[in-house]
Amino acid sequence: MSKTAELLADDPLWLIIVKVVGIFAFLVVMTLFMINWERKVVARMQQRPGPNRVGPGGWLQSLADGLKLAFKEDIRPVLADKWVYFLAPVISCVPAFLAFAVIPIGGEVSIFGERTALQLVDLPVGVLVVLACSSVGVYGIVLSGWASGSPYPLLGALRSAAQVISYEIAMGLSIVAVVMNSASLSTADIVEAQAGGWYFYLLPVSFAIYVISMVGETNRAPFDLPEAESELVGGFHTEYSSLKFALFFLAEYINMVTVSALATTLFLGGWRFPFVGDDHLLNSGWFGLLWFVLKTLAFLFLFIWLRGTLPRLRYDQFMRLGWKFLVPIALVWFVAVAFARYVRQEIEAGGLATGTVLAVFGAVLAAVLLIAFLLPDRREERDPNAVPVTGGGFPVPPLDLAVPKAPPRRRDVEVARLPKEPAAVTTGKEAGDGDA
Amino acid sequence: MSLTLLAQPGITQQVADTVTTGEAVAFWVLGPLALAGALGMLFARNAVHSALWLVLTMLSLGVLYMVQQAPFLGFVQIIVYTGAIMMLFLFVLMLVGRDSSDSVVEVLRGQRFAATVLGIGFAGLVVGALGRALTDVTPVGLVTPNTTNGGNVANIGQLLFTDYLFPFELTSALLITAAIGAMVLAFASRAKQTRKTQRELVEERFRGERPGSLPGPGVFATANSVATPALLPDGSVARESLSEIVEPTAKERLDDDVAEVSGTGHRPDARALKGES
Repeated sequence: MSKTAELLADDPLWLIIVKVVGIFAFLVVMTLFMINWERKVVARMQQRPGPNRVGPGGWLQSLADGLKLAFKEDIRPVLADKWVYFLAPVISCVPAFLAFAVIPIGGEVSIFGERTALQLVDLPVGVLVVLACSSVGVYGIVLSGWASGSPYPLLGALRSAAQVISYEIAMGLSIVAVVMNSASLSTADIVEAQAGGWYFYLLPVSFAIYVISMVGETNRAPFDLPEAESELVGGFHTEYSSLKFALFFLAEYINMVTVSALATTLFLGGWRFPFVGDDHLLNSGWFGLLWFVLKTLAFLFLFIWLRGTLPRLRYDQFMRLGWKFLVPIALVWFVAVAFARYVRQEIEAGGLATGTVLAVFGAVLAAVLLIAFLLPDRREERDPNAVPVTGGGFPVPPLDLAVPKAPPRRRDVEVARLPKEPAAVTTGKEAGDGDA
Repeated sequence: MSLTLLAQPGITQQVADTVTTGEAVAFWVLGPLALAGALGMLFARNAVHSALWLVLTMLSLGVLYMVQQAPFLGFVQIIVYTGAIMMLFLFVLMLVGRDSSDSVVEVLRGQRFAATVLGIGFAGLVVGALGRALTDVTPVGLVTPNTTNGGNVANIGQLLFTDYLFPFELTSALLITAAIGAMVLAFASRAKQTRKTQRELVEERFRGERPGSLPGPGVFATANSVATPALLPDGSVARESLSEIVEPTAKERLDDDVAEVSGTGHRPDARALKGES
């Protein structure tokens, strides 16, 4: 049992309730903040002011929007499946909140004299909880699309199901290397294991794959195909209104916060401040919460930045990226990490000398390079229909350009001969007007 | 399963084969839920509802595993079965469509008989296994593997990659074979006809015999039906406007239009109101 788990085991009931309410409030406030922040940042990227009316600096705009949304009429389409239509937003919202329970948002603190860790529970399978919650959350999206009883939401739901399942595989495989290095699935243990070095530079490939797949997993731009406005109106939530729509919105933003928090936990050292040891003042008590929130906000900014920068991918390109690049790279990477760990173990046990390992590694590298140099380059393909380009890189017409024959004059074409109207007068009048 | 309701003192180390109050409560909540899910799956009329009831059963089972000190099994049950497999089922059901009803015609011969035999056999197996579990097997509990040697997950991993390596690899080979087989079946027809690339399509369009779009049907005619071909300025039918699958309108019915376009037909009087025909 880890240190954090022991700390958490003797939490009194009131403290657990305080933590639950605290996490709930944190997530809701983060959602309200995120919506506003996103609008402001995207607005600044597009050189416009963004929301600036409600509250100080416009920061209460999303609160006002949320309240207004709650009082709107709740419309249910005639063709909708009554119960599933009602259930879908709830299903998408509950796991979103649930997943945050295992995230360690701070180190050891004392709340009203009670020593505890800033985390609700520490399970031996903590990382799997987040994955399980996200896989249950997809049901909300899929069922909402199906239950709406109209084609666009259904298409959005189908896309979403395929997308989330594909990217969850890449995400899981990228996490495997982290789990292997920290020798635990518990989130608190993973943070603990990063005392010696954060995983984003120890396992850079895992980090890159995780960051890409977390954007795919949360249906955010440039991977927001399930709700692509230009193709599917609104995607799975086209038919939803009022509070049900608000729940979908809430779930999407909470999922963003959760995957960002998980990225912080897995790769950025959790609540640790960089460059100082664990017994430093900056790593003690409530400071951890501050660093954790700052790191999470950095990831959330990345989400906004991506949305403001990149256009949406085409669906087949998107799936190809997931299955043909991310998954194989993750597989090869995690085998490589396992091999490296094995070699290190052998060296530490004295079975292998460092010199031997380096020599073998160098020999393999040299062989690969030699083969790469010996392989003939692929011939450049010549396009027989290509327009010849002469100088400067501008496409100019070729010297032997055959000028096409002039088209037949219009007056050669037979036109309908209408009887002559006494139009001369009007024509003359108009001409006169034009002259004057 | 003997449910001895023993109030357990609040210590983290639990005795091997006793059932705590919390566990008993969880069982009596989740057990009926799982059963209700199974019955709902059987009796739901809509296929998607049926799948959802099954999801409820799977989730209840997953939570039951967690309560019974097997957290890894519980979450893997949720991730793999609920998250991936049932999602694929739903995917197919949604593609089939909400209104498709079951076919009454039985395609497989003798399936009722086979189903009966298999059902009875399965019931016998379940009863036999349950009976043996209740009488012969003595529960040892999961306390030892959960606390020693790195805990639950580490012990499962070690067993999978040492004692049970061969069955594990065999299962994965089976699954991969199934996946590749499905892909081969699905893509066999697609591979033959090579799709044109975007570049080829563009070149075909701009350098082909006819730049620009094909004439729409019925442009010069009095009807806007697909069956009405477009007429060229000389009154002949534009061949490109003919649909490949729709039979065009008979030539005689176009005579008036042809006459009008070619200028040989009835001309309105000079003082007639035009556009009224």
